[in-house]
Amino acid sequence: IMAATKASKEQKYDRQLRLWGDHGQESLENAHVCLINATATGTEILKNLVLPGIGAFTIVDGHTVSGEDFLCTLQNRAQAATELLQELNSDVSGNFVEESPDKLLDNDPEFFHRFTIVIGVQLPESTCLRLGSVLWSASVPFLVCKSYGLIGYMRLAVQEHTVIESHPDNALEDLRLYQPFAEFKNHIQSYDLDSMDKKDHSHTPWIIIVAKHLEKWLSEHNCQPPKNYKEKEAFRQFIREGILKNENGVPEDEENFEEAIKNVNTALNPTKIPSAVEDLFNCEQCNITSQSPSFWVMLQAVKEFALKEGNGSLPVRGTIPDMIADSQKFINLQNVYREKAMQDAAAVSKHVERLLQSVGKVCCSHCIANCKHLCWRLGKNAFFLRVVRCRSLAEEYSVDSVNKDEITSSMDNPDSEMVFYLMFRAVDRFYQQHSRYPGVYNYQVEDDISKLKLCVNSLLQEYSLNVNIKDDYIHEFCRYGAAEPHTVAAFLGGSAAQEAIKIISHQFVPFNNTFIYNAMSQTSATLQL
Amino acid sequence: MADAEEPMAVDGGHRDGGCDWDGRWNHVKKFLERPGPFTHPDFEPSTEALSGFRLIHVVDMDTIDVSNLNRQFLFRSKDVGRPKAEVAADFINSRIPGCKVVPHFKKIQDFDDSFYRQFHIIVCGLDSIIARRWMNGMLISLLSYEDGVLDPSSIIPLIDGGTEGLKGNARVILPGMTACIDCTLELYPPQINFPMCTIASMPRLPEHCIEYARILQWPKEKAFGGNLDGDNPEHIQWVFERAQERAAEFNITGVTYRLTQGVVKRIIPAVASTNAVIAAACATEVFKIATSAYIPLNNYMVFNDVDGLYTYTFEAERKENCSACSQVPQDLQFSPSAKLQEVLEYLTENASLQMKSPAITTTLEGKNKTLYLQSVKSIEERTRPNLCKTLKELGLSDGQELAVADVTTPQTVLFKLNFTT
Repeated sequence: IMAATKASKEQKYDRQLRLWGDHGQESLENAHVCLINATATGTEILKNLVLPGIGAFTIVDGHTVSGEDFLCTLQNRAQAATELLQELNSDVSGNFVEESPDKLLDNDPEFFHRFTIVIGVQLPESTCLRLGSVLWSASVPFLVCKSYGLIGYMRLAVQEHTVIESHPDNALEDLRLYQPFAEFKNHIQSYDLDSMDKKDHSHTPWIIIVAKHLEKWLSEHNCQPPKNYKEKEAFRQFIREGILKNENGVPEDEENFEEAIKNVNTALNPTKIPSAVEDLFNCEQCNITSQSPSFWVMLQAVKEFALKEGNGSLPVRGTIPDMIADSQKFINLQNVYREKAMQDAAAVSKHVERLLQSVGKVCCSHCIANCKHLCWRLGKNAFFLRVVRCRSLAEEYSVDSVNKDEITSSMDNPDSEMVFYLMFRAVDRFYQQHSRYPGVYNYQVEDDISKLKLCVNSLLQEYSLNVNIKDDYIHEFCRYGAAEPHTVAAFLGGSAAQEAIKIISHQFVPFNNTFIYNAMSQTSATLQL
Repeated sequence: MADAEEPMAVDGGHRDGGCDWDGRWNHVKKFLERPGPFTHPDFEPSTEALSGFRLIHVVDMDTIDVSNLNRQFLFRSKDVGRPKAEVAADFINSRIPGCKVVPHFKKIQDFDDSFYRQFHIIVCGLDSIIARRWMNGMLISLLSYEDGVLDPSSIIPLIDGGTEGLKGNARVILPGMTACIDCTLELYPPQINFPMCTIASMPRLPEHCIEYARILQWPKEKAFGGNLDGDNPEHIQWVFERAQERAAEFNITGVTYRLTQGVVKRIIPAVASTNAVIAAACATEVFKIATSAYIPLNNYMVFNDVDGLYTYTFEAERKENCSACSQVPQDLQFSPSAKLQEVLEYLTENASLQMKSPAITTTLEGKNKTLYLQSVKSIEERTRPNLCKTLKELGLSDGQELAVADVTTPQTVLFKLNFTT
């Protein structure tokens, strides 16, 4: 039965396993997500987490269902939502707590410590800040979401989120043509382009062709590789001259040489440690203690590797792109890179073991095997390691640490998405003062505009923000009447769910730290507040 | 999509008793009752207008597969094997009182203009460019011009969404007015297939081994008789095993069942979240167009959440000589001594045309003549020798009109032959 369930899960989740792999799926299935407020936005977010199979969810909601909500029974909203969401995926366990988050914060704030991530939807400012503080201290990631009229808002508050597998869209290959490692040098020695027959010549991988020509170039140019456009052009021409000619002196059709020429630009770049990775090397978290998370232990190990076995470089990635070549030549070349990558990963792994030992952690054989596997994955991603640090909500809201620069420079364009952020803050103020949102009923709209404007002004004054908010936006936010139209909720639902999945799986890179979506113009912006 | 006489209706009161749904449209009511600074200039608030699309037709030729369940939330495991259109319709009709979804378990190409003419808006979530181009062509064919001026009432807006992994796009097309699918064909790079010589004699990647088993071994060995069915696990297993054998021969690693399935079915990763985002964006546009409350997206939005969340919105431009929507006869420049084969290759390989298997006909001496047609075996065999003949030999003259039919368009495209020296 276990095998059958596993097989059917693999089938069901096939399309997403191709994105985040079995290990990513495992992290999802071990996660417990808390959703506060099962509104349209909240349920949309949760739907997109239940479908891919998170382990468990708990809805916290003190509200009862009204006709405005999708469901039509007079139940506690949390319970109703839980039942419907469970239906979407029997692998997921759903729970609900019929309680307002404020009550829980009063009576049992540690309730929230058990969650992998807490997602708060349509929260008033005071609740949001209280909860934010508890979660920040407990290092539980907090994702705040709001759909308000045609505007969507998300805020991520996580102290430090590490990512090994960021899956960058356009990564350059790691070919090490500039600083060839010994095994690669040996391998290209085994080629003598001048003595090859036409078939072999035309099916030699372009990497070999570039490497061979580079060797010659270096010997003729005082060990200086081609650097500027002129030199690279000359180098390309040099390669072109290597194309076989027939008995009439006409160059043959050698596609592998054309590939070599085309790739000169990207291939001939020195393999530097990316500055983002250098910055990580300089973090104080690299001073490993027994409390250090595994990411930093591994990062320190990579750093030590770079200083020692790597001769100033990161571990070799070990993959090469496909290229015109016969099978054997390609596989042999691929194996050279692969074996080097494995060697480097093993060296990194030894550094990890040593570091753990130095802080009193003994490695059993299972740990060591696991470590080797993790270091192999680490080696493939060494160039793309990322750490995301968000400012806390407290920092964002404090007059002393508000990000004035970001706000005022964005507002140089008074129609930038920043204006919606400021409107949200003003609306929160309105709620604090009047215990309701502006313009909910038609008769309120007109009067609320001036009331909301007062909130806007007091906000700008309190934070000494010298910006101008057009009346149109104040009018529009009254017009919205705190509506939560479904299409905006659904957009946010998809966006927030994927950010939550990134946090849970530590794959792909989460946003930092505020996301605004404008459904009127179908535009968005990410702000760092 | 109401009856012809009814204007696009957005539902007023609650229908059909059942549960108490008062206030269910409150969230959208406000947008339609209240004027605002950002609404469409032509928008007039109305206390009658509410949201809710009452009559929806769904066309889908597929049945539900287990692998759909990770994101297609209208379906449950008990529905596997049933037609998607029917299950979706049942689900919505039973959950949302007053809503009527009419399912069609058919291909979009099974319907003609009389079917599509009835709709106010068309929304597409198709899985191929060919299908998109076909729908695009269909709506363009419904346009009517009077004295060269487009009649706006003949325009049916097309909202198109698509996703791939963590990327997606949504666009609004007003046929005859804004950029159509074919205007921006270059945005969709042609699908890359591995060269045959690589597959046949020089495999390097596990994918090459899989394609070898699929393209060369399967037809030869006629395993399981008949065509390879990507949805049949036994077929995939067969390809997987043969691919493993081939890989072993060449010391290639990495052939897995998952990879085999992915290559054979051309699987693209898919998750609930990205699809939700793009579907929501499309639905927002339907709402804007149906209610005239806001100016619709103008006209293309791209979404990517690999690294943070990124959207890019721009106005795709119409192509002056678009083969689908410009009404400008398409130009074909060839020497009279060029072979028909060259014309065929141009039609399939040109980035702006990307036809799949064009059928070329013309009028010679007052009679309709098929120059080449691939899709009917007998005609293909009869007209194949024409491919090696020159345009002059075929009797074609400068300025000759060629009519080309293809799966990418419901209407034939007219080309004008211009002889070059």
